[in-house]
Amino acid sequence: MVSLVLIDFDDTGIKQPARSAVAAALKLGEVHALVAGAGVGSAAQAAAKIAGVTKVLVADDASLGHALAEPLAALIVGLAGGYSHLLSAATASGKNVMPRVAALLDVQPLSDISDVVDADTFVRPIYAGNALATVKSSDAKKVITVRASSFDPVAAEGGNAGIENITVASVPCISRYISSELSKSERPELTAAKIIVSGGRGMQNGENFTKLLDPLADRLGAAVGASRAAVDAGYVPNDYQVGQTGKIVAPELYIAVGISGAIQHLAGMKDSKVIVAINKDEDAPIFQVADYGLVGDLFTILPELEKSL
Amino acid sequence: MKLLVAVKRVVDYNVKVRVKSDHSAVETAGVKMSMNPFDEIAVEEAVRLKEKGAVTEIIALSAGVTQAQETIRTALAMGADRGILVETEVALEPLAVAKLLQAVAKKESVDLVLLGKQAIDDDMNATGQMLAALLGWPQGTFASKVEIADGKATVTREVDGGLETVELQLPAVVTADLRLNEPRYASLPNIMKARKKTIDVVKPEDLGVDVTPRLTTLSVAEPPARKAGIKVPDVATLLDKLRNEAKVI
Repeated sequence: MVSLVLIDFDDTGIKQPARSAVAAALKLGEVHALVAGAGVGSAAQAAAKIAGVTKVLVADDASLGHALAEPLAALIVGLAGGYSHLLSAATASGKNVMPRVAALLDVQPLSDISDVVDADTFVRPIYAGNALATVKSSDAKKVITVRASSFDPVAAEGGNAGIENITVASVPCISRYISSELSKSERPELTAAKIIVSGGRGMQNGENFTKLLDPLADRLGAAVGASRAAVDAGYVPNDYQVGQTGKIVAPELYIAVGISGAIQHLAGMKDSKVIVAINKDEDAPIFQVADYGLVGDLFTILPELEKSL
Repeated sequence: MKLLVAVKRVVDYNVKVRVKSDHSAVETAGVKMSMNPFDEIAVEEAVRLKEKGAVTEIIALSAGVTQAQETIRTALAMGADRGILVETEVALEPLAVAKLLQAVAKKESVDLVLLGKQAIDDDMNATGQMLAALLGWPQGTFASKVEIADGKATVTREVDGGLETVELQLPAVVTADLRLNEPRYASLPNIMKARKKTIDVVKPEDLGVDVTPRLTTLSVAEPPARKAGIKVPDVATLLDKLRNEAKVI
């Protein structure tokens, strides 16, 4: 039984969630990795070093340049014959392409799994993580996305996989990449950060994020996140959002500032090891999941916290 | 141009769900049900496209139990023109729903299908992508902006690093993310008008679709509860706890 894991990467290298997906796949047996894109030589080299991966398939073609779902799904379907399980991390890219792969194979996908029971049986959160369903698939092949925060990533180094270049068949071009508008930050990525400082509606505006949360995050080497309310209000960009439909995170320390704690937000962070809540409303639901709660005005607490570190 | 919008009846987003004592499922009896919030956003976008003149007719489809008619009525009250209920007692999975939508999209010759990016009950985030695959159409998932012109849809997508814009040849499938729009409330006159709009009821067999589930739910459990935390009086105590008790900084 061999699994194929689609690897997420960008110019900076392989994304940590990809190594969590490899960790999940290793519970099923042998693991091959797929690196697909345009000009992916260095990513392929890096993938070959991922601990536990025995073979890297490399599909290097202009048509795969922006990981558009249509050509990427066609590629994966073409490779599917040799594999029992097809996996990817439940990143924006994985969530975009894997269900398309599944439909082309007439398979019901298993989205966002949080545990592997056996080759057919998996645990996945439903209802914003308020319930965990154990489901068994009767499909011959499994198509899976992996909740990265539920699997410790395998080491980035230590493997020595062979690299195999594969030919990419041309598919009709029905979609086209136009442009991206990506947030630039020197801070760690939300899904890989050990510490996250997150702000909610209580921050009142975007300037307060910059003035109060960013310095604290920099002091702690933390990533900055936000609740949906803060993103909807335009304080910070969409990629900051932590929650049921945003990013799912489980850092060592999650500091929620001015976040009331709607179930949709808790869904994205309640598996954090330690949760701190700072809120002026002592009845805010966030305190029900916080290990340490501090009731008070964030505008006095945050500067004091930063100074005391 | 005809547009198909898919709507799902789900446990209302404000309800804190409970797992049944026999661990077979989540309790849905006697619980408030509503339209999946992401589907509401999809319906709103459909109505706006019609108001702009890009779309001539909106068909709202739901698949599931008889009561899903109420969800379709909500879409009709928001501005959809007519409804289709694919009625079944089977608990439908995304693959089956995608096949039902595929059959209707072909039969009705629609040019665009709008759906919510995920349903807040099973959190699968799959139906739109699967439908696009089955139809051989391009997909614009997690959309925060949609523009239709010259036989193309330009879709801005919410991705992990920020935003990405793609151009899709129509016909296409688009799934709505949170910030695509703010859905309107249906006005009373529109709710009254919606009562007169048609809802056709069909069965999966009529569409030639086998909806047999591929997944069996073995059990549903509550997630492990976090142990109760403490309130700390001040910043100094907080830092002391984080350094010496939790040892995370």
